[in-house]
Amino acid sequence: MTETNKVNEEHHYMSAEELPKAKSKTKEFIKKFMKRKTAVVSLVFILVLIFLALTARFFVPYDPNQADYSSLLQGPSAKHLWGTDEFGRDIFSRLMVGAKLSLFSALISAFIGTVIGVLLGLLAGFYGGILDSLIMRGSDILFAFPDILLAIAVVAIIGPGTINVMIAVAVFTVPSFARIIRSATLTVKEAPYVEVARSLGCKNGRILFVHIFPGTIQSLLVNFTMRIGTAILAASSLSFLGFGANVTEPEWGAMLSLGRNYLNTAPHMVLFPGILIFLTVLAFNLLGDGLRDTMDPKMN
Amino acid sequence: MSKKLLEVKNLRSEFKRDKSWVTAVNDVSFTINSGEILGLVGESGCGKSVTSLSIMRLLSPINSKISNGEVLLNGQDLLALNKKEMRKIRGREIAMIFQEPMNSLNPCMRIERQLTEAILLHNKISKDMAHKRAYDVLKSVGIPEPEMTLKNFPHQLSGGMCQRVMIAMAMSCEPDLLIADEPTTALDVTIQAQILDLMEDIRKTKNTGILMITHDLGVVAEMCHRVIVMYAGSIVEEASVKELFANPKHPYTQGLIASVPKLGSKVTSLPSIPGSVPDLSVMPKGCKFAPRCKYAMDICHTEEPELLDIGEEKKRRCRCHLVNQQEEEVKR
Repeated sequence: MTETNKVNEEHHYMSAEELPKAKSKTKEFIKKFMKRKTAVVSLVFILVLIFLALTARFFVPYDPNQADYSSLLQGPSAKHLWGTDEFGRDIFSRLMVGAKLSLFSALISAFIGTVIGVLLGLLAGFYGGILDSLIMRGSDILFAFPDILLAIAVVAIIGPGTINVMIAVAVFTVPSFARIIRSATLTVKEAPYVEVARSLGCKNGRILFVHIFPGTIQSLLVNFTMRIGTAILAASSLSFLGFGANVTEPEWGAMLSLGRNYLNTAPHMVLFPGILIFLTVLAFNLLGDGLRDTMDPKMN
Repeated sequence: MSKKLLEVKNLRSEFKRDKSWVTAVNDVSFTINSGEILGLVGESGCGKSVTSLSIMRLLSPINSKISNGEVLLNGQDLLALNKKEMRKIRGREIAMIFQEPMNSLNPCMRIERQLTEAILLHNKISKDMAHKRAYDVLKSVGIPEPEMTLKNFPHQLSGGMCQRVMIAMAMSCEPDLLIADEPTTALDVTIQAQILDLMEDIRKTKNTGILMITHDLGVVAEMCHRVIVMYAGSIVEEASVKELFANPKHPYTQGLIASVPKLGSKVTSLPSIPGSVPDLSVMPKGCKFAPRCKYAMDICHTEEPELLDIGEEKKRRCRCHLVNQQEEEVKR
């Protein structure tokens, strides 16, 4: 469509209904989000981290698993940017390569937990009755345990390992999503447009997924962002406690756990993984906060 | 004479409150012919909307039920249909327009998707055909740039535009019956007139029967052919529009009509009906309107009047002891 045509159309439109120029909600959202500096910085940090995690293999100076017995437990230097560990492995290289493991296992487990939680929440909120009671009492039981204790319990049942840690993290992500999405569903369910959809002859499934689900995406997105932070922390904690990744793997929590033995002599071994975990979790949480504030109409 | 389109017989709908059931709509019977506009008036909470939702079977099964009656659409009892059969009726044979046009469209969907949804649900046609049909209906409801409106989200449209889109959605499968639940309440006066004109147009061209639910007697006088007045879940009076406004029989109808402000009259305060609608769970014995009625007699407090045919041609119905007495006297 040519530019003049566009202008013409808009002109007609305005004269017919005298509306202000139609604004795109997405653009408006991006504009509002850009005003929240901490959230923007967090987002940039996360994007950079993801980029580094994906490309680590190509730029790290050392093989992350290559032991070098001539430089054990060395502090940060020009040769080893963030120092070396007890086997002389370069910590910077290990952290960067390990980012993929830590970040993506957290992302995937949070995602799986979210999908299941959202499904349960939608079903509970929409159908109500016995199904609702069952799902909600079930998540109440899971809620009764502190997150990390629950994850340890799950790992204790199904055994240690990276995949099992992901399952454990997914399990404790489910109840919070089920609860949040259920309440969002209850609100959206009462919206007049849902009744309209029904009056036009839509099936329940269609109403639930096509009409109600998009209305819950706001709360979903915010909670998901926050949950990634928690998931990273939980996955790292489990690895730290020895339930998760093998100690030879460059997983952040496992590295932290390894460095614990040398806290007095080589503090950089816990410092750098610790800082990275801290910053990553903080970034995800701040991003979540920023998204929530941007989407909240009362906060403008 | 046009054919009988919808026939509601002795409809009774109940809601669960705590552990007991309260009756929201009791013994409601009426008919709509095709091409006819039937007005359903009454104050808030008198059961107008519940009646319409009962016809569509849209009441939540968790806390409500239709305990008695028949709803015959073209002779087919809707209350006897299963869920799947009922879904086919909704949208295709009966469609509804709701009160708040701005909230009745899904904010997450473009107009095109919402409009084509109903078309695709009820017709086996391609997406392109559905798009064309959506374009055509939008045009027929007087939307100036249908192609552009199809691409818009609801928040980009004004209230009047939204209501036009809603009507387009309702009419997209050319239903026989249109239920309009206060279609103009949320709109300003000039837009109200346009929307009413549009509905009148649709009725004329498609011979659609319309059930117009409203509490605006102005709309009733302008649009409807016959009117039903409801009070506390029951019909209290039924008459043609002319007769109802010229000679309201039931004291409640009289009160309703008296409480409408008249242009140019010098009264400073409007007459109102004292009291309020009784609570559904503590309905008065006898006539439900008796506690608020200035003509109430002893019998009114003890015995509920029947909805009787009155007038010389028996074309009106009224539920009032006083009117019945007067009728008797006339007969003598």
